[in-house]
Amino acid sequence: MALDKNGIAQRIAQELRDGWYVNLGIGIPTLVANYIPEGIEVEFQSENGILGMGPFPFEGEEDADLINAGKQTITARKGAVFFDSATSFAMIRGQHVQLTVLGAMEVAQNGDIANWKIPGKMVKGMGGAMDLVASAENIIVAMMHTNRAGESKILKECTLPLTGVGCVKKVVTDLAVLEIKDGRFHLIERAPGVSVEEIVSKTEGDLVVPDHVPEMKL
Amino acid sequence: MNKVVNSVEEALDGIQDGMTLMLGGFGLCGIPENSIAQLVKLGVKDLTCISNNAGVDDFGLGLLLQGKQIKKMISSYVGENDEFERQMLSGELEVDLIPQGSLAERCRAGGAGIPAFFTPAGYGTEVAEGKEVRIFNGKPHILESALTADFAIVKAWKGDTEGNLIFKATARNFNPMMAMAGKITIAEVEELVPAGELDPNFIHTPGIFVQRIFKGEKFEKRIEQRTVRQRN
Repeated sequence: MALDKNGIAQRIAQELRDGWYVNLGIGIPTLVANYIPEGIEVEFQSENGILGMGPFPFEGEEDADLINAGKQTITARKGAVFFDSATSFAMIRGQHVQLTVLGAMEVAQNGDIANWKIPGKMVKGMGGAMDLVASAENIIVAMMHTNRAGESKILKECTLPLTGVGCVKKVVTDLAVLEIKDGRFHLIERAPGVSVEEIVSKTEGDLVVPDHVPEMKL
Repeated sequence: MNKVVNSVEEALDGIQDGMTLMLGGFGLCGIPENSIAQLVKLGVKDLTCISNNAGVDDFGLGLLLQGKQIKKMISSYVGENDEFERQMLSGELEVDLIPQGSLAERCRAGGAGIPAFFTPAGYGTEVAEGKEVRIFNGKPHILESALTADFAIVKAWKGDTEGNLIFKATARNFNPMMAMAGKITIAEVEELVPAGELDPNFIHTPGIFVQRIFKGEKFEKRIEQRTVRQRN
């Protein structure tokens, strides 16, 4: 069965390593914080100016001055620190953040990503996404494999205005874990109960399928 | 040097039609609410506003949009605002969307006397159109220019009569860089104290960047996305 948003987050959380600073984007990526594997310590950075982001506050303890980049009320963990936006993006551009997880509307087999604009329909802006994808060494995209019309979002070439070029190396969808190498997608794992055939049929980009494709362990 | 002005009216004196303003804040967090209310009252028009976001329909910069006071917005993210989207798609409002880190650095550069800088953000995208590209360490970068403003309006938690500022939590965001980049910088604060009461070790924005400071009358501090967890 295809994963839900929490399942995607849970699979991405397996990529976390002890001691990493991690930036989580809005949407599915935010959920990754709920599945930190036992025995490892990571610090979450939110680009509006906090390192050491904690869980949502208890009801009645919300502070309008303490939010994440999704404008949600949050808490600060022990040892947290606040800083201005220029310092925040110095951390990001300067590659002091080890992992960036963000959502996408489209990903292409050359590592291009599009997630900020649908011409004529939706223009919300790129926020910090362009800075993040241009600088991060390690980017994981969290997304659904297809759009609501059932069309593949895993493409040969992006059709929407780009957020970044050649930057994505790993994609986790509701159906599969994919790596991007040598201009092609490589199927690494499939969601529990999802067939290789289904993934192949829902992937528009070139996909390299090994003889054995293990199921994700969640 | 005493920077204190006694009212928001006095603080915003000199702001005219067609000027460029920087306004601090991220979403509705750390925005200069009192000054925005006064801009609505003044009715100044054709403004170019540099701010990370454009408020929501009925608060923050959304209030200036309702009154069609803004000619051009320079921002990184403008979701959550229907009137903004309507004015932009109909062409009434000019919009320059730029990556958030580039926006922060362009303000910082403007205040720091650096006319331009190279950044990898936006290379290969619409943002790079018409901009010089140069390769550093094997990686392409685009040239981004500094931003300054006729007035920068920032919001701080505590300030002293010298204009020294301390921000609270994530309400700091763009405020310190914008304070640096205004020809005239106005700070509205929740608490205004005499010089000497703030520990110089913990000042975020030195008063040299601030020309006028006043205590805001009322801070509504609206929350955009109230997210909570249940107590077990």
